Amino acid sequence: MNMEQSLQERVIIAAADHTPLNISAGNTKAFLGRTPQGEPLDVSGHRGILSYEPKELVITARCGTPLREIEAALAEKGQMLPFEPPLFGNDATLGGTIAAGLSGPRRPYAGSARDFVLGARVLNGKGEVLRFGGEVMKNVAGYDVSRLMTGAMGTLGVLLDISLKVLPIPACELTLVSSSDTPSAINRFNELAAKPIPVSAAACDGERAYIRLSGAQTAVDAASKLLGGDLLEEGDAFWQRRIREQGHAFFEGNTPLWRLSVPPGAPGVSFQRKCLIDWGGALRWVRSDKEADEIFRSLAEIGGHATLFRGGDREGRIYQPLPGPLMTIHKRLKRAFDPQGLFNPGRLYAEL
Amino acid sequence: MSVTSSDDAVHHSIGSRASLLAAFGEFLPDDAILFETEDLHPYECDGLSAYRQLPMIVVLPRTVQEVQRVMRICHKYKTPVVARGTGTGLSGGALPLADGVVLSLAKLKSILDIDPVNRTARVQTGVRNLAISEAVKPYGLYYAPDPSSQIACTIGGNIAENSGGVHCLKYGLTVHNVLRLQVVTVEGDLITVGCEALDAPGYDLLALMIGSEGMLGVVVEVTVKLLPIPERAQVVLAAFDDVEKAGTAVGEIIAAGIIPAGLEMMDGPAIQAAEDFVHAGYPTDASAILLCEVDGSNQEVSEHILAVRELLKRCGATQVRTAADELERLRFWQGRKSAFPAVGRISPDYYCMDGTIPRRRLPEVLKRTAELSKEYGLPVANVFHAGDGNMHPLILYNANNPGELERTEELGGRILELCVAVGGTITGEHGVGIEKINQMCVQFQPDELEQFRAVKRAFDPDELLNPGKGVPTPRRCSEYRTLGQHSHAQNEAPAP
Repeated sequence: MNMEQSLQERVIIAAADHTPLNISAGNTKAFLGRTPQGEPLDVSGHRGILSYEPKELVITARCGTPLREIEAALAEKGQMLPFEPPLFGNDATLGGTIAAGLSGPRRPYAGSARDFVLGARVLNGKGEVLRFGGEVMKNVAGYDVSRLMTGAMGTLGVLLDISLKVLPIPACELTLVSSSDTPSAINRFNELAAKPIPVSAAACDGERAYIRLSGAQTAVDAASKLLGGDLLEEGDAFWQRRIREQGHAFFEGNTPLWRLSVPPGAPGVSFQRKCLIDWGGALRWVRSDKEADEIFRSLAEIGGHATLFRGGDREGRIYQPLPGPLMTIHKRLKRAFDPQGLFNPGRLYAEL
Repeated sequence: MSVTSSDDAVHHSIGSRASLLAAFGEFLPDDAILFETEDLHPYECDGLSAYRQLPMIVVLPRTVQEVQRVMRICHKYKTPVVARGTGTGLSGGALPLADGVVLSLAKLKSILDIDPVNRTARVQTGVRNLAISEAVKPYGLYYAPDPSSQIACTIGGNIAENSGGVHCLKYGLTVHNVLRLQVVTVEGDLITVGCEALDAPGYDLLALMIGSEGMLGVVVEVTVKLLPIPERAQVVLAAFDDVEKAGTAVGEIIAAGIIPAGLEMMDGPAIQAAEDFVHAGYPTDASAILLCEVDGSNQEVSEHILAVRELLKRCGATQVRTAADELERLRFWQGRKSAFPAVGRISPDYYCMDGTIPRRRLPEVLKRTAELSKEYGLPVANVFHAGDGNMHPLILYNANNPGELERTEELGGRILELCVAVGGTITGEHGVGIEKINQMCVQFQPDELEQFRAVKRAFDPDELLNPGKGVPTPRRCSEYRTLGQHSHAQNEAPAP
């Protein structure tokens, strides 16, 4: 259903009344970021796949389209969203997925959510419907606003329709598991990533290292012999449910969950007693009650950044603080798209 | 040839040449400040040499700190700045302004750090694209984006244009292969955009900065992602007696689940020119050829080459040849990579377009281009990144014939508008620059252009960074639209 007009009217009224809006649909990612504020702007009714051309490797859908529906349409033609976005619930929508900008285990080998965004139609804070990018792979006309929207947590505008590049599902996939502690897994993952081996995911839970291979049957077979380890039955379920959807026992309990994004070869940081590693070493999940500022400081030292993913103080600092000149540009950009600060105020940073 | 019209020029309270020269002279040696006319000539144009303009001053800072000082001075005097690498750009993005400073980044050319563990290289902005791959080759790594000008073009210029190359479908553009930038703002501050990790906190300014044509900041340092050199690459050449069949074959390869590393198409005139020039072994009687390269592990390449050969034959290829050895593979590619200079040999001048279209619309776009070519009496040779839909029609002309350049530009504009009409874009990888500024008025609505201007002001409130490029003023668009209604009244050019 096309709800563009009513959404546009809502924004125009909100702009006139100075009413902050909390953009939402499936509410599967309501836990992310700082506590949502404002009147709900439900976009879940604006849904439907608008075009899908398997031979062009492009799909365009409205923001409220359930991600499950998109994945099913792609799978029917042997294709997929290569960035393996986490759903965190059956009601996850395309709009929320792109606004959150999260990517799953395949990310270091295939690319991130923003890498696959080709274009978007956006409702800005003045109630204007604007189209950026398009449905083609290469497009450098104008600033890359559709990628800027990815991961902005809805603070720059309402994503109406989104075009994504898609890729074929690999002909063959298998997962190998072997005993490993964390430091040796990090070394091994980085050594493998520097070689022409068809790795498509690499994770370690502190006891075992998991490596997924993807590609032509012959290539996967050859790499599998080279790597050794045991074949993991139900490898798909491991990557999707345990890692991507955080069903692994590591994610249970109420201790604050931190997401640490680091250079893939970075050594461990002092406060992480136990951690779960994804993205071949570039993504580290830790549980910690430590002060947020202390965590932010240690991450800055190793060239990474931290996010308080679940739990903890949702009114406080959730994302790595930005240096002054960079925050100035963020504030100016926010004003450029949303002059009155209507959209998801404070969701990303208190200042935005 | 009209350069930036006075309507477009932002009116600055410009610092006098003398006071700028004195301020630069405080920290730059004499040979790093150019202001005599004969010294300024090498900077009057970039790769789009039809547009020429002498700048007021050229400076060549040697360090990041010097770049910051140059920006602070220009900011103080409200003097526009055009940043420049080696000037290989094809859209006039580095065209100087008569009242502006050209900031040459050619002296910032050090490779600062190679990190084989994290597979990154940290380089200064003036390092050449190919120099990165050469430097990291001992580690079995390379930098993927490979624009045709990679021998000469700088990584800073690649950032400005979001450069591609022939391997984009599989390996992406510059935006997919860069982790972090150090940027000098218009005020002279140094900011870091992106991160050594795979993502960064806050807005994705990296995506915004890449492809922004020097209008948001001056990039001084770049951390690129490196990839392992594939174990093997193999190329298949297929000939077709019909362009449409070649287009169908491209879609079939992708539908079969194969993402080629490179997938290029050339039409008859381009094949002939390339063959005459480098003797690549192309069948000159073909209406179109496809070059399909697959790379990866040894086994995967063998498997995919077999599949591709079968598909090509099934799609009606009159000839399918797999390169017998590495020498032949390189020869096949040499023909494609020399297509532009090859066309340059058979015509006094040529004009290269850069539109991108949804691939399925290729037959009609080629047909309509041929009709336009006839209408204007100017031959067109087509070179096409078939995998990603990026077209490079080359218009052959002679600038010495009065009025021919203007007709060429008009034909080029019509081809770009055709690309927009079929759901594509006016530029896939060369940028808008000054060249396609009018066509921006066709591709974007006034509100969208105003949003772009608001983005620019967020970085550059006084509009000092490369003003007049990339995003047209409302006045330019209304004039262009009025003009369009007269000259295009008889055709199906899309209403903006």
